[in-house]
Amino acid sequence: MSSPLIEVVDVHKVYKTGDVEVQALCGVSLAVEPGEFVAIMGASGSGKSTLMNVLGCLDRPTAGRYVLAGREVSHMSKEELAEVRNQVLGFVFQNFNLLTRTSALENVELPLIYRGVRSKDRVRRATAALERVGLAGRFEHTPSQLSGGQQQRVAIARALVGDPKVILADEPTGNLDSKTSRDVMALFQELGQTGMTVVLVTHEADVAEYASRVVVVRDGLIRSDKKQVQRSASEIDLEARSGGML
Amino acid sequence: MNPFVTLRIAFRAILRNKMRSFLTTLGIIIGVAAVIAMMAIGAGAKAQVEAAFAAMGTNLLILLPGSTSTGGSFGGFGTMPTLTWDDLASIRSEVATVRAAAPSLRSNQSMVSEEMNWTTSVIGTTPEYFQIRSWPIALGSPFTQGDVDIGSKVVVLGQTVAERLFGANANPVGQSIRIGNTPFSVVGIASRKGQSASGQDYDDTAFIPVTTFAHRISGGLTKYLTGQIFIQSTSSETTARALGDITALLRDRHHIAPGADDDFSIRNLSEIAGAQQQGTETMTTLLASVAAVSLLVGGIGIMNIMLVSVTERTREIGIRMAIGAKPHSILLQFLIEALTLSMAGGLIGVALGVGMAGWLAERFRWPMLIQPDVIGISVVFSAFVGVAFGLYPARKASQLDPIEALRYE
Repeated sequence: MSSPLIEVVDVHKVYKTGDVEVQALCGVSLAVEPGEFVAIMGASGSGKSTLMNVLGCLDRPTAGRYVLAGREVSHMSKEELAEVRNQVLGFVFQNFNLLTRTSALENVELPLIYRGVRSKDRVRRATAALERVGLAGRFEHTPSQLSGGQQQRVAIARALVGDPKVILADEPTGNLDSKTSRDVMALFQELGQTGMTVVLVTHEADVAEYASRVVVVRDGLIRSDKKQVQRSASEIDLEARSGGML
Repeated sequence: MNPFVTLRIAFRAILRNKMRSFLTTLGIIIGVAAVIAMMAIGAGAKAQVEAAFAAMGTNLLILLPGSTSTGGSFGGFGTMPTLTWDDLASIRSEVATVRAAAPSLRSNQSMVSEEMNWTTSVIGTTPEYFQIRSWPIALGSPFTQGDVDIGSKVVVLGQTVAERLFGANANPVGQSIRIGNTPFSVVGIASRKGQSASGQDYDDTAFIPVTTFAHRISGGLTKYLTGQIFIQSTSSETTARALGDITALLRDRHHIAPGADDDFSIRNLSEIAGAQQQGTETMTTLLASVAAVSLLVGGIGIMNIMLVSVTERTREIGIRMAIGAKPHSILLQFLIEALTLSMAGGLIGVALGVGMAGWLAERFRWPMLIQPDVIGISVVFSAFVGVAFGLYPARKASQLDPIEALRYE
């Protein structure tokens, strides 16, 4: 077996709010192999968002080791972390987090701008990414001219455009209706099938069903970690449609 | 990150709030425009003073005879003839720092040509006078030392006098006029010199040999020289020394005891010019500093709006950071935005300032002198203001925590 892409060993995270110390993570260890589709589940306050921030190199653990794609990132500077986020990771957020009044194409180009890619290559790659998520013909639309589902597709295209090693999605369907959610999850599954590693945070059990592995977090600790048979989007779709009659 | 891309992002952010951006730059615009207009006025005034003193003559000393004193009432300098023709001769020959000296005897006389007449001040002098006062002859030639020696009835007319007696564009050289009852032949026309600092018309004068003046106008040559002596020193460095040398010479010649007052006075025009210039310079500095304060206020305006902008765009900053913008890229982005604002303000301000100076010059006939280096300094300074006042907001933006920033509503 190849070495894990994500390797978190005994990670602690303590927040200080005034005099009160909050233990958000109390010794989490997790390894994700390349090509896995992992869903991290947990209620709010369970520490799953903190874990996501640590995995996403947005936050540094208080203690413990985090090796991402062979690099120890837990002690990196802000500048180095920014570079890792840019080169290795792709983010998808619950509220899309696209730049307003900026076209879909330019939103997708953004990671490449910070990587210093030349304009011509940027446009070519951003176009390809948008086509991949099924948004050909909507390049010049700004977020306000797009539906929620389309906005999330732009965000996914933005996550994909830099050929990341891992896509991190934080409640990607939280702001979408169930039909659109299924479409977006199908897209993630499709990415997984092409070998992309996807780590997804959610509190919805049916969203987790798309994943090949479910990790449950509670009180800053991993309570369970199970592999499961992925359910395809069409299967879930069918079930949803006939749901009332069964 | 490509600087061109950064610039484009900055432009877009600025154009997104056109009105706000314009109002922000207004401070810089007004500041730079004021600095340029003030400096133009100051430099113009200085140039005017310089020109006025250059018109008087370069390295010039004016020697005046003493004052009359009747029963304790002093008549002022020049009222008592204390200077003699011998004094003039010894100043010319004995003082090494003196290049030239010329007497100037003055009297108002009516002059008559064939068709017209005019009353003006007639100056009796020697040919050195034109050199001392840097006053070339435009038509014909000046009278000569020979004319002075024999008391020729020749005259050099100022431009105004020539126009009054012969009309504009005429060539009166060789023509004949009468001063009082004496016929004179016009040998030359002095070039136009314009007005003195006090508005007196230099060109409203006529010049005749000093001997002719004494015999025909003031009624005979006496021992005393009843006018002033214009003296030119050898260089601007020696003017002060010439003044000392002449003072010593005259005190000796007039047998003035040590400690007693001089019976003459010497005016150093370069000193007066220097003082005047210093005055206009002080004025310019004052005006420019007031204008510079408004630049400072403009800078604070930019800082204020950049802080607002950083707060407003916290989420955007968070997004950019999450997808890989380094803190220094964010810093650069906001710094360039502030710089663009201030530079735009600076350039518009330059245009406005130049326009304003031109309009003032036109409207109030103020002398204006727009110096290119002032424009350069203003633009550089407004860029500096942009960087200085943009740095704090930009640093604030770059040090945001991406998680907090993404959560910001």
